[in-house]
Amino acid sequence: MFYASLRPLDHLFRSPYQFFSDDLSFWAYREMWNTVPMLPRYIFNSFFLATVTSLITLLFVIPAAYSYARFNFPFKNSSLYILLAINMFSGAVLLIPLYKVLRTFGLLNTYQAMIVPGVAFLIPTAIWLLKSYFEKIPVDLEEAAFVDGASRVQILRHIIAPLSTPGLVVVGIYAFIGAYAQQFLFAITFNQKKEYMPIPSGLYEFIGYTTVKWNEMMAASLVGIAPVLIVFLFLQKYIVEGLTSGAVKN
Amino acid sequence: MMNKKLRSFNSPTFLAYALIAPAAIYILLIVAWPVLETIRLSFTNSSLAGEDYVGFENYEKMLSSKKFNKIVTRTFVWMFFSVSLKLFVGLIGAILLNANLRGRSMFRVLIMPPWVVPIAIGMLGWLWLYNGYFGIIAGVGMHTGILDGPFGFLAYKQSAFISTIVADVWVGTPMVTVFFLAAMQGVPKDLYEAAYCDGASRWDRFFKITLPQITPVIITMSILSAIWTFNSFEIIWILTEGGPRGATTTLIIDTYKQALGNYKFGRGAARAVVVMILLTLFAGFYLALLARINKKISHG
Repeated sequence: MFYASLRPLDHLFRSPYQFFSDDLSFWAYREMWNTVPMLPRYIFNSFFLATVTSLITLLFVIPAAYSYARFNFPFKNSSLYILLAINMFSGAVLLIPLYKVLRTFGLLNTYQAMIVPGVAFLIPTAIWLLKSYFEKIPVDLEEAAFVDGASRVQILRHIIAPLSTPGLVVVGIYAFIGAYAQQFLFAITFNQKKEYMPIPSGLYEFIGYTTVKWNEMMAASLVGIAPVLIVFLFLQKYIVEGLTSGAVKN
Repeated sequence: MMNKKLRSFNSPTFLAYALIAPAAIYILLIVAWPVLETIRLSFTNSSLAGEDYVGFENYEKMLSSKKFNKIVTRTFVWMFFSVSLKLFVGLIGAILLNANLRGRSMFRVLIMPPWVVPIAIGMLGWLWLYNGYFGIIAGVGMHTGILDGPFGFLAYKQSAFISTIVADVWVGTPMVTVFFLAAMQGVPKDLYEAAYCDGASRWDRFFKITLPQITPVIITMSILSAIWTFNSFEIIWILTEGGPRGATTTLIIDTYKQALGNYKFGRGAARAVVVMILLTLFAGFYLALLARINKKISHG
């Protein structure tokens, strides 16, 4: 992909196939902003959507995960398994009613149309992940504080919050990557407005009626995935650990 | 007195439910309710114009159509090849990563991009690879003389079918590899040491120790990746939109086309119900298996 992005367009279109171009350049990286003038907007949209989606997900997930990690209550295990099962339904199956609901509420072609369903499909895995982080914080610490007369809110602020920050970051990143990847399906189904389009669907504008500007499209794709890749490279160890510990060891 | 206080700290059921409630309500609204609504819609002829109750008509039409039966068969063939390839490649990948090779931590990072890169963007790369005139695969084919001219991999029924499977395997394998690797690293080291002392060969050690030890994970991963593969929508949609002439139309693609391509919500919903029933079966199978494996572990 990177190689293709550096080559001039006519070299890509040359037949018989040419493997090497002698005039590689970053020309496509400059030109892509002109071919698709809304590109910066798409990149912003992608970022914005993924950030908001993952923040809202965290908001819902933190109390739930804490509750699963600390308390015993009826239906605890069965509801956890139901969460696991929900994970197996992809958004694609439920698009029909979601489409109708969003239409009734006038939410089609808005940011919300891509955020609201996105959050729902991230919650289950995020709860499982965060639960295992909370479980690693020793209960003794909390109990000691409780016996010393600290209120639950104080416990949350002074003990849980600082200790679980790394876990929260990882789960947040997981949600961000997930939200970034989900955008395409919800965007092509629930949104037709250019100004709200995220980059995965925006890239298809490089496919014109007669020609496809492959080199620019590849350049733009790389720009579009750079943020997720960089974030992932730094945190891959934690993410892989978290995901597998939930499913393998159990 | 302290004990009592501690007990009340650890089991306030009400608080527990209150903390879960927001997430639970959200999921009920966005996931559970749509499931019920889909079932209801499948008994109507709902479209943009309105809806009427039509009973089992959608189902009768769907099940009696030859096209639909073909789509179901195709879905399972597609799944079978994709899942077995993912497991096979994933197993080999995990073995290589688990071996003490130089630079393996770098390889571990390198296998991840297919998984992290949004599918929609990754597939653009594949679109280009598969391109008949300028794609690198056709290019190599023409240079080596395997192909005598441009060949559009996504333009012919069979090659499109295979091409979508290959792309799906590319996306799905890293996850499988990571899970296999985690399982292999969980195998107790003393087993290998004992086998080594007994003079077991590398080959023996793999087939007699590693493989049996990670079998539970292999089984769970095959069901999990069957579910993911079954759900796979974007890959096929971007590469072929289910074409050429329906050659890559799986159940999910067909559902989407009916519902949001033609706005025949009722017919689409009937297909979605079939998808949900199949998914529930898979999921039930998976959860039952998981419960069984957990029991085995806890009983030693």
